[in-house]
Amino acid sequence: MRVTQGCFSFLPDLTDEQIAAQAQYCLDKGWAVNIEFTDDPHPRNTYWDMWGLPMFDLRDAAGIMKELADCRRVYGDRYIRISGFDSSHGWESVRISFIVNRPREEPGFRLDRQEAAGRNVRYATYSYAAVRPEGERYADQ
Amino acid sequence: MNVQQSITVRGKERYKSGVMEYKRMGYWEPNYEPKDTDVIALFRVTPQDGVDPTEACAAVAGESSTATWTVVWTDRLTAAEKYRAKCYRVDPVPNSPGSYFAYIAYDLDLFEPGSISNLTASIIGNVFGFKPLKALRLEDMRLPTAYVKTFQGPATGIVVERERLDKFGRPLLGATVKPKLGLSGRNYGRVVYEALKGGLDFTKDDENINSQPFMHWRERFLYCMEAVNRAQAATGEIKGTYLNVTAATMEDMYERAEFAHELGSNIVMIDLVIGYTAIQSMAKWARRNNMILHLHRAGHSTYTRQRNHGVSFRVIAKWMRLAGVDHIHAGTVVGKLEGDPNTTRGYYDICREDFNPMKLEHGVFFDQNWASLNKLMPVASGGIHAGQMHQLLDLLGEDVVLQFGGGTIGHPRGIQAGATANRVALEAMILARNEGRDYVHEGPEILAKAAQTCTPLREALDVWKDVTFNYESTDAPDFVPTPSMAV
Repeated sequence: MRVTQGCFSFLPDLTDEQIAAQAQYCLDKGWAVNIEFTDDPHPRNTYWDMWGLPMFDLRDAAGIMKELADCRRVYGDRYIRISGFDSSHGWESVRISFIVNRPREEPGFRLDRQEAAGRNVRYATYSYAAVRPEGERYADQ
Repeated sequence: MNVQQSITVRGKERYKSGVMEYKRMGYWEPNYEPKDTDVIALFRVTPQDGVDPTEACAAVAGESSTATWTVVWTDRLTAAEKYRAKCYRVDPVPNSPGSYFAYIAYDLDLFEPGSISNLTASIIGNVFGFKPLKALRLEDMRLPTAYVKTFQGPATGIVVERERLDKFGRPLLGATVKPKLGLSGRNYGRVVYEALKGGLDFTKDDENINSQPFMHWRERFLYCMEAVNRAQAATGEIKGTYLNVTAATMEDMYERAEFAHELGSNIVMIDLVIGYTAIQSMAKWARRNNMILHLHRAGHSTYTRQRNHGVSFRVIAKWMRLAGVDHIHAGTVVGKLEGDPNTTRGYYDICREDFNPMKLEHGVFFDQNWASLNKLMPVASGGIHAGQMHQLLDLLGEDVVLQFGGGTIGHPRGIQAGATANRVALEAMILARNEGRDYVHEGPEILAKAAQTCTPLREALDVWKDVTFNYESTDAPDFVPTPSMAV
């Protein structure tokens, strides 16, 4: 399967040139760019690990691409996303977020159902990858 | 009108029993300067033939505040001058002989804090049936900060909605399940599953889907939540479906909303026809229960569409932002329903900005400060399709739900393909826009290129390429020379 979180998951994977253009868009807007990675892409997993602090004072996307390359060298077998953070009043939140790196195989999610009274069902979504401990999840790729 | 003097009768004479013109009773005060705390209403007044325009406008001020048809001595038991609404300006409407814009200021003490019902009972109460007027329309309102702050505002707001859904940087995509009526719960859930799995963020009940013989509400809710959870697991993305909890009584609505909540839905929906009090109740319920609240503006065109009589939709949008809904249908410009581009732009600004400067060309007559009230997500729905993506993004911006009902479900290769076509078209357009391309003009090229690697998009473009709805709008701003048309 293909996890379709983020702004561009329905397009072919972005090239580095395309990623740089999006990063530059964020910087031109005055947003801080953040690189995060995870090996558990559960839809409710809000807090991916941060690759350093958000790059608040950067003006050139080349700096982001260098950080992304470093991050990929260490965590190239995981999901990596880039986000742009807008600290202006009334937003103070993420303004764009997109995946820039994926594991070669995306095992996806299992949906568990627990039947309850009145045909009610309690649903639980499990990442197949999270069956293994953190850090060992895509080890055989 | 030029400098004018107040003709208000004062002292003992003012309270002599009998009938007195409204403009002499204190409802026409051309020198009055509205206070920062006044509520201001702008009416389009069309007096009956032979009725003096100033008197007609003063009558609107009177009948929407303290006046009755004759002088009453009991006014003298009150601080009557404070409570009288004051018409302070009357302008002829451009290009519309016989109609006048009346600016009327109301003291804040006239209104109960945090109650749209109370506000509207005055402002659009008796006065709309007043015989000396041929027609009357409430065009816009300036709501003072002190008053705005008495309302909860949108239960969730655009920012938190995006955070909860984990979706940033692009419009959200939705579809209304079709056919509107007749599907069983099981079949209905199928449509929801296909659309969400194909790439939409939301599906939606239509306004008139409540609980009918072919599908009672519990069936719909159960099957829809199966579909939402299945689609979430299949995509790794948060999905939602607007479960319409509109019902005959508040008790029924709460019961349905509680059930949606218990099933884990992140959003419920109501129709405008349930009324202002019910809307505010549901907004408070939604805030308490971490629910997004979608409002379908069912019924609004009965009073918003005609230019000479009723209430402008920009006023409804303001009331709904105060009342506290999170989504409101606000027009598509290019779709099948009424919507002049400039007027629609005005509605979108009212929903999404923290401050609206006066902009006559968008039909916005007042500066409006929203005082950090949450932002309200506009929804564009009705006759739109993937081939218009560049226009939609240009006209409506990024913080909007684009709802392609027919444009998803009517896809020749099925609902999933329809959903995928819309999502790919959207992502391709956002990518191009962010890259700095002239996406409005290059839109068709950008879509054609994206369609090279996405068959469903190519098929969608082929089917709907020539579909447009170019009719002149009935409700366009008064301050542009000619009504604009969607292109």
